[in-house]
Amino acid sequence: MKKLINDPKNVVDESVEGFGLAHADLVTVSPDPLFVVRAGGATQGHVGIVSGGGSGHEPLHAGFVGHGMLTAAVPGPVFTSPTPDPIVAATIASDGGAGVLHIVKNYTGDVLNFETAADLADAEGIRVVSVIVDDDVAVKDSLFTAGRRGVAGTVVVEKCAGAAAERGDDLDAVAAVATKVNSVTRTMGVALAAGIVPHAGEPSFTLSDDEIEIGIGIHGEPGRERIALEPADAIVDRMLGPILDDLPFESGDRVLLFVNGMGGTPLLEHYIVYRHAASVLAERGIEVTRSLVGNYVTSLEMQGISITVTKLDDELTELWDAPVETAALRWGR
Amino acid sequence: MSLGISWVTAWIDDTVEVVSHNRTRLSELDREIGDGDHGENLDRGFSAVKVKFDTLPDDATPGAALKLVATTLISTVGGASGPLLGTAFLKGAQALGDAPEINADGVVALLTAARDGVVLRGKAEPGDKTMIDAWTPAVDAAGEAAAAGASPAGVLRAAAAAASAGAESTEPLVARKGRASYLGERAIGHRDPGAESSALIITAAADAAAATEG
Repeated sequence: MKKLINDPKNVVDESVEGFGLAHADLVTVSPDPLFVVRAGGATQGHVGIVSGGGSGHEPLHAGFVGHGMLTAAVPGPVFTSPTPDPIVAATIASDGGAGVLHIVKNYTGDVLNFETAADLADAEGIRVVSVIVDDDVAVKDSLFTAGRRGVAGTVVVEKCAGAAAERGDDLDAVAAVATKVNSVTRTMGVALAAGIVPHAGEPSFTLSDDEIEIGIGIHGEPGRERIALEPADAIVDRMLGPILDDLPFESGDRVLLFVNGMGGTPLLEHYIVYRHAASVLAERGIEVTRSLVGNYVTSLEMQGISITVTKLDDELTELWDAPVETAALRWGR
Repeated sequence: MSLGISWVTAWIDDTVEVVSHNRTRLSELDREIGDGDHGENLDRGFSAVKVKFDTLPDDATPGAALKLVATTLISTVGGASGPLLGTAFLKGAQALGDAPEINADGVVALLTAARDGVVLRGKAEPGDKTMIDAWTPAVDAAGEAAAAGASPAGVLRAAAAAASAGAESTEPLVARKGRASYLGERAIGHRDPGAESSALIITAAADAAAATEG
C-alpha cells in the first residue's frame, strides 16, 4: 500500500483539519466532536440541513457545506458511520430555530446512528426530520435485504433540499423536496479496481486484471455481477438499462445526467462514459437538460464510475439552478 | 440468591477481557460477510466502558451502571453495532430501575428488555442472521429456567448456552439485514459476527454471576 498519509489513525482528523484551513471562508471545523459547519453557523429562521457518514467519499459530505446546500456535515471514520454524539452536536449547531433535516444514506450503520442522534436532539428540543436516500438500483429492494443503498444521488438530494432551505421553506417542505428528489433519482455504479482502507492496508475486494463488478456500492460491497472488461459503451449500456427501466424514465422526460467518478478513474474516461450515456438517452427521447461530471461521491482510490439520472420538473430544475457556494459545487453567486 | 452491583462490574470486566481476547476473531468473521471492523469497534467501545467504570460510585445501582455502559457504547462504537448494543444495555437498565438487587425474574426482565430494544432499533426478526439470533433464544431459555426455579446465575447460564447455540445457528442462513444482506447466498456458511459477540457478552454475564454466587 502506498498512500500519502501519516499515522493511519489520524487520516480523517488531519484531512478535515486541512479542509477547514483550505476553505476557512466557507466552513468552520469543530475538532471534537468532529463536524464541519458553515462559517457563521446556522441561518436564523431557516431550516438546517445535516448530512454525514463514513469518510473516504470526499468531497461528500463536507465539500457540500455552504450557502445553498448543507449547513453541517459529520465525517465518521473511513467507511464507518459517525456515532450519535457528533451528529447531535452538528444538529444543534445547524438549528436556526426552524428545525433540522437529516439526509442519511441508506446503510444500516448510518441509519441507526442518525436515528439515535435524532432522538437525542429531540430531547434537546430541536425538531428533526430524516430523509433516507436509497437511489442504488443495483440492490433489489425487498424484505430480503437492508434495502437499496444511498449513493451518488445523495448529491442531488442535498443540492435541491439545500436550495429549498435557502429560499425559506419550512422543515416539512424541505423534507418533501428531499423525498421527491430521492423518488425520481436512480443510480448504478461499476468498479474496475478496489480502494484500500488506510487502517486495513489491503484492498477491500479483489478483481482480476480483466474483471469488473457491475452494481458496486460505495464501500466496494458486491453488486449485481462480475463480468469480463468490455468497451466503455457496452458497460454504460449495462448500467443505464436498469436505471432507465426502474423508474421508469420515458420519452419526453427531462433529466439531470450525472456521471460520478469513484476516485481512481480519470476525467478523460468520465466524459467517454457521459458521451455514450447522453446518446442512449437521446435515442430514447429523454432530454438531458442539466449535467454534472466529476468526482463527487468517491470510494477512496476505487477505479470506477456511477451514472445517476434524476427526472426534473420545473421546481427541481429551479432548485438545482439556485445559487450554491461550497468547496465542491459553486455556481450562481 | 440475588445479583447486585458487584455482579455488574464483574460482568463488564469479563466482557472487556473477552472482547479484547476475541477482537481479531470477530473482525475475521466480519471480513467474511461485512466490512471487517466488528472486533476493533467493540474493543474500542468496551475499553472506553472500562475507563468510565473507574469513576462509577460505590453505591451505584445495577441499572445506573448498565446505563453508563449503554451511553458509552453508543458514543464510541459506531457502525450498526454501537446503537444496537447500546440500546440493548439502555433498555436493560431501564427494566431494572433503581433496584439494588436482581432476582431470577429480574434477570429475565433485563434480557427481555435488551432484546426488545435491539428489535425496536434494528427491526430484525429471528432468522435474519443478526444478533437477534443470539438474544431471542437467550431470552426464551432464561424464561424457562426462571419458571423452573433456577437461581439468577442458573438463569444466566441457560441464557448463555442458548445464545451460543443461536450464534452458531446463523451459519447456514442468508442475511436479511445489515451489510451482509447485499451478499445474498454468498453469506451462507459464515457465522454472524454480531450474534457471536452478543453470545460472548451474555456468556460473560453468566460467568460473572457464577463467580459472584459461588
